[in-house]
Amino acid sequence: MVRALLLAMALTAGAAQAAGPAGDVAADTVLEARVQQLAAELRCLVCQNQSLADSHADLAVQLKGQVREQLRAGRSEQQVIDYMTQRYGDFVLYRPPLKASTLLLWGGPALLLLLGAGSLAWGLRARPRAADLTDAESSRAAALLEP
Amino acid sequence: MKKRLFLPLAFFVVLAAVLGVGLSLNPREVSSPFIGRPAPAFSLPQLQDPALRLGAGELKGQVWMLNVWASWCAPCREEHPLLVSLAREQAVPIIGLNYKDDPRNAQEWLLRLGDPYKVCVIDRDGRAGIDYGVYGVPETFVIDRAGIVRFKHVGPLTQEVWTREVQPLLQQLRG
Repeated sequence: MVRALLLAMALTAGAAQAAGPAGDVAADTVLEARVQQLAAELRCLVCQNQSLADSHADLAVQLKGQVREQLRAGRSEQQVIDYMTQRYGDFVLYRPPLKASTLLLWGGPALLLLLGAGSLAWGLRARPRAADLTDAESSRAAALLEP
Repeated sequence: MKKRLFLPLAFFVVLAAVLGVGLSLNPREVSSPFIGRPAPAFSLPQLQDPALRLGAGELKGQVWMLNVWASWCAPCREEHPLLVSLAREQAVPIIGLNYKDDPRNAQEWLLRLGDPYKVCVIDRDGRAGIDYGVYGVPETFVIDRAGIVRFKHVGPLTQEVWTREVQPLLQQLRG
């Protein structure tokens, strides 16, 4: 009897607890969307190839809670990002800012493209073209290519 | 013409060197934005007597070390003997930050393995940890007389790190 009563109490308590946060979330879908959007821009420090939004690590969940709390308190996205970079450095940002130390990161691909295009152009110019063949050479080539 | 034959080899050597350096870096070591900045303030209950609190401000005027640890953290156990021996030598005042831990477990751990902390404070919800940018316990900070963070180490403190990096730094900060 006592056991049944306890069980009933536990169940109702559980249901009441579940209803609380779910109600909040429904009422605050706009806030939740902002939290998700911002959390997708921030890196989880524990599992470094996941964003805060994707990660279920303890710290990530807590930091996501921080994001939610601060946005709810009326702080802007930029203020939350500043809060995170103050503590974890630019590393938390999935989109690293453009500054002297990240110049190579941002400029690297363009630099590689230029290098590749340059070496291709150089290689093509160095290669002898068909027009550069002497008459004898072209007739020999024609003979060789004849089926 | 012969020279061009060696071009791919040269390219390979350069690439191998660059990738080799990349392999030797530790991607888990995030450079801390705190170095050279004031240590974040905290005021937290003490582990031995939760009625007492300790604030970071009270430690100004001395060079001290902040060690973030938890009884659930296996690598903390690894570094613990070193901390105990440092405390015995009175090498530097060590303040513990017990991170997201059950205070009872923490107390039991210190009873069993020795207490190297001058004071240990309780950061039950990990909020002070966030303020210090903690993402993997154990973490160790060295803070100078003016309250500026001078050094941060992520992972267990080893004898090697201590003699190579922390000790010279302490000498310099006290000198």
